[in-house]
Amino acid sequence: MPQYMLLMIQPVEGPPKENWAEQSKQWNQFHQDLVDSGVLVANYGLAGADAATTVRVREGETQITDGPFAETKELLAGVVLVDVPDLDAALAYAAKVPSVSYGAVEVRPLWGG
Amino acid sequence: MGEPAGVTGVVERAFREERAGVLATLIRQVGDFQLAEDAVQDAFAAAVTSWPRDGVPDSTRAWILVTARRRAIDRLRRERSTADRVSRLAELARLDAQAHPADRGHDGTVGDDRLRLIFTCCHPALAPPARVALTLKTLGGLTTGEIARAFLVPEATMAQRLVRAKRKIAEAHIPYRVPPAGELPGRLAGVLAVVYLIFNEGYGAAEGDRLVRGELCSEAIRLGRLLVELVPDDAEVRGLLALMLLHDARREARVDAAGAFVPLDRQDRSRWDEGRIREGLRILDGAMALRRPGPYQLQAAIAALHVRAPSPEATDWAQIADLYGALGRLAPSPVIELNRAVAVGYADGPLAGLEVLLPLVDDPALARYQPLHAARADLLRRAGDVPGAADAYRRAIELSTNAVERAELERRLAGLPAG
Repeated sequence: MPQYMLLMIQPVEGPPKENWAEQSKQWNQFHQDLVDSGVLVANYGLAGADAATTVRVREGETQITDGPFAETKELLAGVVLVDVPDLDAALAYAAKVPSVSYGAVEVRPLWGG
Repeated sequence: MGEPAGVTGVVERAFREERAGVLATLIRQVGDFQLAEDAVQDAFAAAVTSWPRDGVPDSTRAWILVTARRRAIDRLRRERSTADRVSRLAELARLDAQAHPADRGHDGTVGDDRLRLIFTCCHPALAPPARVALTLKTLGGLTTGEIARAFLVPEATMAQRLVRAKRKIAEAHIPYRVPPAGELPGRLAGVLAVVYLIFNEGYGAAEGDRLVRGELCSEAIRLGRLLVELVPDDAEVRGLLALMLLHDARREARVDAAGAFVPLDRQDRSRWDEGRIREGLRILDGAMALRRPGPYQLQAAIAALHVRAPSPEATDWAQIADLYGALGRLAPSPVIELNRAVAVGYADGPLAGLEVLLPLVDDPALARYQPLHAARADLLRRAGDVPGAADAYRRAIELSTNAVERAELERRLAGLPAG
């Protein structure tokens, strides 16, 4: 079966500040659904942009800069790798990611998958 | 069997009538758009040499499908890089070993495959221009060059768009199926939108090769008929077909001998296509009998009132205004409200029309919306406000991007009585 990476994009300022308990419940439920349906391959949440460091090598020289690779209003906050029959199934899980209501989820098939 | 020339005609007809269905089935069997398309092309090329020599087969569809599948097997054998070619070859060999009852079979199978093809071509994960191009290329009979000309892009650009769409279907594993019941209404609405987009691209007054644009209307209507055949119990599917037929009935009368656009109220009604009108009205009746109204049926009902009127003056504007009101409640938009104001202006007088227009005139987002100023100018003129009408005409002329339209507005401005 093909595998898809769900790239969870969120506003730089993070999730809404209210309803923390409710949000946490939603994430737990989402994770549990993925586990129960047997589609979850891996999932990771990422630390904020403040903790990011970007590396480039140009003409043999390593350049290290503070921050994410591009200054944007939204950034990658986490990834979920799922193993599902087709794109429709992947899109259905993407629509259930709790942060999709204030951010976005980019669905990318693994190369050659 | 027949004369060589007759056989060529048979191949051409088979190409026109069977190609999409065979392609739809083969895509399911080989699981690859490009491979299936190439193999079907091969099969028709083979028919051109084989049928005059060996006679026309009893079932041209079955012959094309079997031949195309064997060509697909040949191509797949040569294609060493395809990851799952072994399993695909095994599946194709199994199908080939059968006595082909399923292929010959009843229309259900063929219809299901064509429906799968439509839904896949119109999948929301493809960009709208790609949906349109892919639908025309695979389900319609248009070549890449014809589609490119209709959409005023270079052929290489259109070819690239089609290649990218097919690659995305393969790489992202867009499923080849009719969506399950829960998703069906939304996805069907998406399919109808693509078909209507194709129709409007052909019907729109914009520039372009007129012949090809007429073909777009015909293709959209053909797709509309196919959808009615495949999804007979959906009222909006019928509504869209009725709408397209009723608009298309007026296509010839919208252009004068010099190629200039002729507005509805000055069209020669004897040039309207009676056959199209009758069919459109009949299909609209069938849609409304299902008692599930929707935007396409409402628009078709409005078009029906226009084509039923023996003259512009005899048009039932009150009912048209009501229908625009209903349409606006389903899908609120300033364009619909503007049309309602025009209809009210004819039904209840220009002052009533101007009153409907008031909130639109006050909306800063519509300040540069040319049709609003043109409609307001007409209403003010009819209400006797000459200076107000002159101002509104000037504003509309200023915002006009189309020479024919501008000339018409200037004519109206010049025709105002001296203030």
